[in-house]
Amino acid sequence: MQLTLWTYEGPPHVGAMRVATALQDVHYVLHAPQGDTYADLLFTMIERLPRRPPVTYTTFQARDLGGDTAELFKNAARDAYARFKPKAMMVGASCTAELIQDDPGGLAKALMLPVPVVALELPSYQRKENWGASETFYQLVRALAGPKVPTPGTERAQRAAGQRPSCNILGPSALGFRHRDDVTEIRRLLDQIGIDVRVVAPLGASADDLSRLGEADFNVVLYPEVGALAAGWLKRSFGQPSTKAIPIGAGATREFVEEVAALAGIDVATALVEVQARSNWYARSVDSTYLTGKRVFVFGDATHAVAAARVASDELGFKVVGIGTYSREFAREVREAAKRYDVEALITDDYLEVEAKVAELQPELVLGSQMERHIAKRLGVPCAVISAPVHVQDFPARYSPQMGFEGANVLFDTWVHPLMMGLEEHLIGMFRGDFEFHEDAAPSHLGGQPARSIAAPAAADSIAVGSEPITIAAPVAPSSTFDGESPPAAIPAAWAADAEKELRKIPFFVRGKARRNTERYAEDHRVPVITLETLYDAKAHFSR
Amino acid sequence: MNAVIPIREAGAEGCTDAPVLRERGQREVFCGLTGIIWLHRKIQDAFFLVVGSRTCAHLIQSAAGVMIFAEPRFATAIIDERDLAGLADANTELDRVVTRLLQRRPEIKLLFLVGSCPSEVIKLDLSRAAARLSASFSPDVRVLSYSGSGIETTFTQGEDACLAALVPTLPAAEATAPDALLVVGTLADVVEDQFMRLFAQLGIGPVHFFPPRRAGALPAVGPNTRMLLAQPFLADTARVLEARGAKRLGAPFPIGAEGTTAWLQAAALAFGVDAATFERVTAPGRERARTALARQRLQLAGKRVFFFPDSQLEVPIARFLARELGMALTEVGSPYLHRQHLAEELALLPSGTTLSEGQDVEKQIDRCRAARPDIVVCGLGLANPLEAEGMTTKWSIELVFTPIQGYDQAGDLAELFSRPLLRRLKLVA
Repeated sequence: MQLTLWTYEGPPHVGAMRVATALQDVHYVLHAPQGDTYADLLFTMIERLPRRPPVTYTTFQARDLGGDTAELFKNAARDAYARFKPKAMMVGASCTAELIQDDPGGLAKALMLPVPVVALELPSYQRKENWGASETFYQLVRALAGPKVPTPGTERAQRAAGQRPSCNILGPSALGFRHRDDVTEIRRLLDQIGIDVRVVAPLGASADDLSRLGEADFNVVLYPEVGALAAGWLKRSFGQPSTKAIPIGAGATREFVEEVAALAGIDVATALVEVQARSNWYARSVDSTYLTGKRVFVFGDATHAVAAARVASDELGFKVVGIGTYSREFAREVREAAKRYDVEALITDDYLEVEAKVAELQPELVLGSQMERHIAKRLGVPCAVISAPVHVQDFPARYSPQMGFEGANVLFDTWVHPLMMGLEEHLIGMFRGDFEFHEDAAPSHLGGQPARSIAAPAAADSIAVGSEPITIAAPVAPSSTFDGESPPAAIPAAWAADAEKELRKIPFFVRGKARRNTERYAEDHRVPVITLETLYDAKAHFSR
Repeated sequence: MNAVIPIREAGAEGCTDAPVLRERGQREVFCGLTGIIWLHRKIQDAFFLVVGSRTCAHLIQSAAGVMIFAEPRFATAIIDERDLAGLADANTELDRVVTRLLQRRPEIKLLFLVGSCPSEVIKLDLSRAAARLSASFSPDVRVLSYSGSGIETTFTQGEDACLAALVPTLPAAEATAPDALLVVGTLADVVEDQFMRLFAQLGIGPVHFFPPRRAGALPAVGPNTRMLLAQPFLADTARVLEARGAKRLGAPFPIGAEGTTAWLQAAALAFGVDAATFERVTAPGRERARTALARQRLQLAGKRVFFFPDSQLEVPIARFLARELGMALTEVGSPYLHRQHLAEELALLPSGTTLSEGQDVEKQIDRCRAARPDIVVCGLGLANPLEAEGMTTKWSIELVFTPIQGYDQAGDLAELFSRPLLRRLKLVA
């Protein structure tokens, strides 16, 4: 058993729902107890879909467990087909139904429905949401495109002269973070460089579209978490190569353009399509100089975390001090990326571990999911959201892709915005002695709590369980010379009044760290009372 | 379900004998685990540990929204394949998880092990586990268990199961003690305080609320206990309280001015409060409610409302909407209709109201479309899709989280219904 407060991912059948809901005429019959319909509201509320997800639940109850649950399933599947007339059906079990072992696949087969029925085996006690989505999409693609697979050894037919090269876009799904706008952006990009998009799947595709996946020249895999497994099968079956580059960030988008151009066998001048990429100039403008070396912690699904770290480091000039993911399936990719930044990857689905890591690293910016947003708020660190799971505000009405050149612009604004706020807060902190700023004036956007000047020893557990809001020592500004690791001193030396007064002049967001470094220095050098001199000695010591 | 229909005086109308459409099929409802979201806010030193799957954790997280980060007092012990394969002894694992949890949260005095569908299906004996853990952590922490599984409970029934599990731990009242009033069912603190003041003014006492705000303040129960249900979904809790000698005072539920008055009246009668005192004490509240409702009535009178089943609060709220705001009832759906507890409510419901129990959601949506109501009360899974079809909806879970009982909340409750209608007018205009 695993003690859990918050889960980054839902169970695998929610992944299957994400695929079913993304598709147009596919219906999912889920053997599940009463109550599992809660998952509907993820789609109707968070993604704000104006329709119900195409999912029928058997919603069995205790009194049904005697043995007619199989019958219940068959009735539900039959009724669902009669009512919705889908072009294909998916059947499967949720975690509880997995335990009662009714075999939805076999039962559905016995119904002899006149459409393809895909039986899903989603082990709920081992796997999670993204795996469920990936497996579901793969099984559907196999079932629907399978009949069109050419015999092994068949050469792919040459493109007719004058015909534009074509591709499919694989991976976007329902409840995907910015999938809607990423598809629009990448479609436009591909069109600009002369490549047609045949099928986007699962998002918006019909069963018929899935059966035609083999017709395109190659596949663009936007979200490997959902699309890579199916893309692998399409490569084996139809000889379609697929892209590896994830077009998040201007640099990665350029690479992506080169990659698709190579796959399509065309020449592209990327400069042609770069008109929208304002982010590179913005990052070069002098106003952005203060972003240099800002310490950033990145966490999310593997694809977004790896891409974000690269943008942060190469396009904004941040220093990546930590990177991690909750996607165990893609841990290798994240570990590879971590090597680039000389950090160790954090692979965990326990948000308390992430919180402890953030507290330990003391970054100046956190890029993460909804959970990291809350963690950062609690620790008083600026934050931007880069990955699912996300809340309703991250399914925005406005156009806001993460991918392509417009995506790079969006990233710049989204990430820099909380830092600008941080700078404002710094100024307020500096002027806090002024009559206009009283000591307890709370920053407006950081949870409404006044910043505390005294750093509490921040053990992971005390952060997690303490009822007091814990304020960690804030991160080091690039101009500051207080640096180095500083576990809290066991017995802090006493502070002389003048040193204490001087400490108050240090901006509050580095003050905690300055205090701890000084105390540690005092302890190491057996200084009983911290004076002005000790303070500056410590500053000099840690600046090395 | 008790089939006994109380005998009513001649001339009684309403829906007492009305036929009920009973349906089985897909149910678009929450499971009882959801009750944790408000129960943990009420009992301030209790912790709720769900023993279930990732789905259970995901459900609570989805239902709790951002509350999950206010260091909530609930969590899930996720069963994994090792537990299922028998590789790990589930009980040993549970002990380990509970020990770790209680070390981290030393302020917890009451721990509920909450059963889920998976734990029920694999027949994990949580009541035994609770007894064992209670023994090892007493006297600091008491450990109890109940089931909030979807196969056994629907939404608010989770509270019923929780309170019913708590009843055996209530101290026994002296047989010779004077009569005491026990108000059963979670109410918002503000509502509880209002009722407390009203009972004090009426001279009714001692009054205890169940569940209490702290696990150490459990009310005593015995033959002298007069029990007033504040919520309609407490079938099991009432039954076990009655088994311990408590006597239920039949009353409508304290929703709207009329419901609140009749509810208070039931207690006043039992405690021998004279009519003049009752009139004097309740008059200001009734007057305030009347003023607040008069404004809302302009918006709501004549509007047709359709209820999808959700919390069992549907019947009392429908009664309030019909009688105090002049709304027309099309179908009133409820997950369960407890004939006995709802007797006074059903008698007040306009005759001819279509009542339904249980659900076959597709058929019910068909009926809803055919009825073309002005406002539909339904869950969040249906609300936006129905809005997209052009209907106006009021999402029902808000009726459980918002203080709606008592005189001073009657206007707020009415506004929950008028606001979507007003909004529709505004956006169209």
